[in-house]
Amino acid sequence: MNPTEEPTFEETLESLEKIVDKLEKGDVPLEKAIDYYQQGMKLSKVCGDKLKNVQKKMVQIMDEHGELEPFEIREED
Amino acid sequence: MMDKYLTVTALTRYIKRKIDTDPHLKNIWLKGEISNFKHHNRGHMYLTIKDDQTRIQAVMFKGNNRFLKFTPEDGMHVLIRGEVGVFEPYGQYQLYIQQMEPDGIGSLYLAFEQLKEKLRKQGYFAPEHKRSLPPYPKHIGVITSPTGAAIRDIITTIQRRYPIAQTTVIPVLVQGPQAADTIVRAIELANVSERFDVLIIGRGGGSIEELWSFNEEAVARAIFHSKVPIISAIGHETDTTISDFVSDLRAPTPTGAAELAVPSMQELIERIETLKRSLQRIMKESLLRHRQSLQHLQQSYAFRYPAQLLLQKEQELDHHDERLKKEFQNLLDDQRERVSQIEARLHIQHPKRELNDAVEKLKQIVKRNHRLMSQIIEKKSFELSASIDQLSLLNPLHIMKRGFAIPYTSDGTVVSSVRQVDEKDQLTIHVADGRLDCEVCSIEEETK
Repeated sequence: MNPTEEPTFEETLESLEKIVDKLEKGDVPLEKAIDYYQQGMKLSKVCGDKLKNVQKKMVQIMDEHGELEPFEIREED
Repeated sequence: MMDKYLTVTALTRYIKRKIDTDPHLKNIWLKGEISNFKHHNRGHMYLTIKDDQTRIQAVMFKGNNRFLKFTPEDGMHVLIRGEVGVFEPYGQYQLYIQQMEPDGIGSLYLAFEQLKEKLRKQGYFAPEHKRSLPPYPKHIGVITSPTGAAIRDIITTIQRRYPIAQTTVIPVLVQGPQAADTIVRAIELANVSERFDVLIIGRGGGSIEELWSFNEEAVARAIFHSKVPIISAIGHETDTTISDFVSDLRAPTPTGAAELAVPSMQELIERIETLKRSLQRIMKESLLRHRQSLQHLQQSYAFRYPAQLLLQKEQELDHHDERLKKEFQNLLDDQRERVSQIEARLHIQHPKRELNDAVEKLKQIVKRNHRLMSQIIEKKSFELSASIDQLSLLNPLHIMKRGFAIPYTSDGTVVSSVRQVDEKDQLTIHVADGRLDCEVCSIEEETK
């Protein structure tokens, strides 16, 4: 993960799953567990926000030179 | 007469002409079994077509056989269209094959099976060559016709399930002779552009001929060599193409492909909720468990009954103390026993006789000493009484009895000179049987 960039949704969800996995193993000391818990709750919020606040992406079409243009589906005759 | 004889060439040409001009032999529909098949490296095919009675030599030139969808093999039953002709140098009539198809099954089907077998042997379908799909793709390339149900189904499904992903259509022809080329180029373009993390390649349902471009070897190779993982969705679920076998994942329909390509955002939100609940549950359980451990410790015997623990320790101490005393006593007894043994031994060695002798000797010495002492005392007593007798002769009282007196001044000084006294001094005169108090009336000093 590049530290200067915001982690991607995938990375965030992965971190969250790792934390839950670690906690589920049950051998985490209490203080560490509380840290994990707080971190996990924060990550779950970040994940949820990323999903909920996203704009619907436009569909594009690629020409033979690899250039992208907006694309609209035309109904078949 | 000699004119009756024909040359071989003339006869062969005559036969050739006969055959060439027979309309029935110009358009033959023939069925039989292939044997002695040979694909010459210049491209022509040489083979024998036979049935259980006889055989005919046949040739299929490169210009015709390049349209074959399958590879002829010995033993294969085929349907042939062609013409009969004569190969002059050998004087041999033979069949020139224009079209050939497998008998019983369609040639496309056979070609399909043959290509499938070939690619399978080359490892194109091996599970170890399957690339894994990204769980959360950012950009999905869709290689299909820009019109039609397939693209619409894919786009609507992606937008419904996972609208945060970018979708790009890479338009291709999905049927016809140019289709395979456009599909191959699209796959290559998608790889070169490095924009996509997953590709969907697909089209709607159709006949085997319509789906054929997806059975082309070039398409199969392009899919195999793509670095971007590919999901195939070609035709309906019952249609299976070579592309389906080569691709990393096969979807039953275009909609299915979109579902496989992207996660459901709803499910993701639920997954996040589940993770969140798991976190809370685990934390709660963990806290409960720790609290219980703490309580358990607090209620432990040591905390609740320290006095009893102490008593127990005291008892242990007593026990040890008892043992110590006993051990000590034993030790003492042992030592005593040793001492008394030594004493007994010493007793036997007692110097009583020597002691008695010494006492006896001492007694004699004392006795002798006594005797000597008595003798000395007796002698000294005698000497003393003689001295006393002598001394009593010199006693002043005896002299005083003869009339001498001793004057004393008031302070007790014997007056031995007239100069010691003055007139009127009081003097005491001691005589043999008492004292006289006198006063000096006068003083007279005698001159010599």
